[in-house]
Amino acid sequence: MNSATFLIWVRETGFLIASSIFIIGLTIRFFEIFMLGRKKDLSEPKGCAMRGGFKTIFTRFLPQDSNTFQRSYFIIIAGYVFHIGLLVALFLLVPHIELIRAALGFGWVGLPTPVVDFLTVLSLISMLALLWHRLTNPVLKMISDAGDYTAWILTFLPLLTGYLAYHHLFFDYTWLLAFHILSAELLMIMLPFTKLMHTFTIFVSRFYGGAISGHKGVQV
Amino acid sequence: MSAPTLQKGLNAFAEQIDAPIASFFSSCVHCGMCADACLFYTETGNPKYTPIHKLEPLRRFWKQEYTLMGRLKKALGLSKAISDEELEEWKELLYNSCTLCGRCSMVCPVGNDLAYMIRKTREGMAASGHAPIDLVGASNRSVTIGSPMGVRLPALQAQSRKAAKETGLDIPFDQVGAEYLILLSSMEIMNYPEYLQAIAKIFKQAGKTWTLASDAFEATNSGIQIGVSDIARELVSRVVNAAEKLQVKTVISPECGHAYTAIRWDAPNLMGRKLGFKVRHILEVLEDFRQSGLLKTEGLEESKITFHDPCQIARRGGVIDEPRHLLNLVSNNFVEMNDHGKMNWCCGAGGGVSANEEAHEIKIKVFNRKVTQLKELKVDTLVTACANCRIQLEEGLEEYQIDLPVVGLTEMIAEHLVETK
Repeated sequence: MNSATFLIWVRETGFLIASSIFIIGLTIRFFEIFMLGRKKDLSEPKGCAMRGGFKTIFTRFLPQDSNTFQRSYFIIIAGYVFHIGLLVALFLLVPHIELIRAALGFGWVGLPTPVVDFLTVLSLISMLALLWHRLTNPVLKMISDAGDYTAWILTFLPLLTGYLAYHHLFFDYTWLLAFHILSAELLMIMLPFTKLMHTFTIFVSRFYGGAISGHKGVQV
Repeated sequence: MSAPTLQKGLNAFAEQIDAPIASFFSSCVHCGMCADACLFYTETGNPKYTPIHKLEPLRRFWKQEYTLMGRLKKALGLSKAISDEELEEWKELLYNSCTLCGRCSMVCPVGNDLAYMIRKTREGMAASGHAPIDLVGASNRSVTIGSPMGVRLPALQAQSRKAAKETGLDIPFDQVGAEYLILLSSMEIMNYPEYLQAIAKIFKQAGKTWTLASDAFEATNSGIQIGVSDIARELVSRVVNAAEKLQVKTVISPECGHAYTAIRWDAPNLMGRKLGFKVRHILEVLEDFRQSGLLKTEGLEESKITFHDPCQIARRGGVIDEPRHLLNLVSNNFVEMNDHGKMNWCCGAGGGVSANEEAHEIKIKVFNRKVTQLKELKVDTLVTACANCRIQLEEGLEEYQIDLPVVGLTEMIAEHLVETK
């Protein structure tokens, strides 16, 4: 197989397989969660569970207080920089928007490439810092398992190959682009079955956690 | 309780797994922020006390039984089954070093309520025979005697006579049609008789009728702390039955955090029905009295005071503003700790820790967090609203050789009541 046929395969067959598994996987995972249900809370509410739940979806984007920030500043800052870079590269890079436009018929305005480039580099550096933190911090060393490192690799590869391909660095462009797309497809395939699932379930868990507090009248 | 077995423990886990738990485990990214929020980690530096790590048995069970991938792995023999040895190892993490304070739940960036999960994990621990022996004893005493500390009715009657003598007021028992039913914790009966005296004075001034119930005076619930819903249900049903028999409008939880959780939030769910009366913490009732002009006080505390928020009352109970309004009624020198209200640090002894001798050493060690908070403030008096926190605060301050009086908020209010003839 040469680079051109490989690129065509990942763009067509590969993408079809990846997006199918992605969607079926997400459906299965959400079904697994919601089919468990939860018991109705019969205690007299002091506050509003729904309000607490929906509010927490937004308020939990920031640490509760300055003390929490001081204690966990590294993970919060590195975590934010990495997530922002990743989301910007994914949704605000012009070639990605054009892909979306071609597939869905609509798109939006992207950011200038140097800005995306800069944030991507920051994201890659943050990810390396977070990996180092995971490998050296006693708490993270203890709680990390193979799933954590798998998720790291699955997220790091598309960012790295995308950056290399865009700048035509080190390898043949066609091969790089094909590997970039393949890495993104691997991410899609694995997302529902790894902790990367938090991309979607974070809204559910924040809702439930916030609803428990909201019911009791605790400000969230 | 029939003899515990591993299978019963796993069945109990299965009963506890629900959509919130599945979403919590699905969302966890292993960031470790919960460790920084837990005093058992911050004061020991030992990573095994990381809250999410304490939930590892439940997480594995959920994954193996309730996810497609987990079931596949299990079928292929690629996953490790949960064993008695493992649960025994986790006993220390789930009971000795967790007070169910829920501070971790407040900082988790994905919104996981870890305390909710630990409470549920304990059901499986108790059913499989891996609960601390002292909590088993306390639960048995609660069922057979009516109090985890073995306090019987005559002890309360003696305290009541003493309170009647001190205050010159009647301490009513079993008054049908009284507006309020007062519950107590064993700790208050044995160590803090001031509370009952304060109640008599405050309710007299407010002109409200109240009563104790001779068959349901104990508010604490060992069943919830150990994680046996059957025992918890039996204990709350005594209170519910007494309240309904006496036709009271409101049951008042004493200055005890976990008792409040038991009767306020868990009781209706354990009974499987709504209750025919309201449940309020004493601080909520006092704040109602204050707002209705029924709490007439005079004079202000001269000393500099601060307030220790009991976790179950503030962070897990939503009673946060009430104590502050009440404190400002009797003090103009009330200062807040660096972390307070819903972000307060736990005293280190709730959730069954104080009743568990195996946890004695660590509960004193982690009290260092409170010591650090107090040293930053340099106050003259420490006020709280939980008898269990109070005994830990007193014991901890003694261990750390700090001379600081600890006072219950209800009795502080009572001391400032305008004398009525």
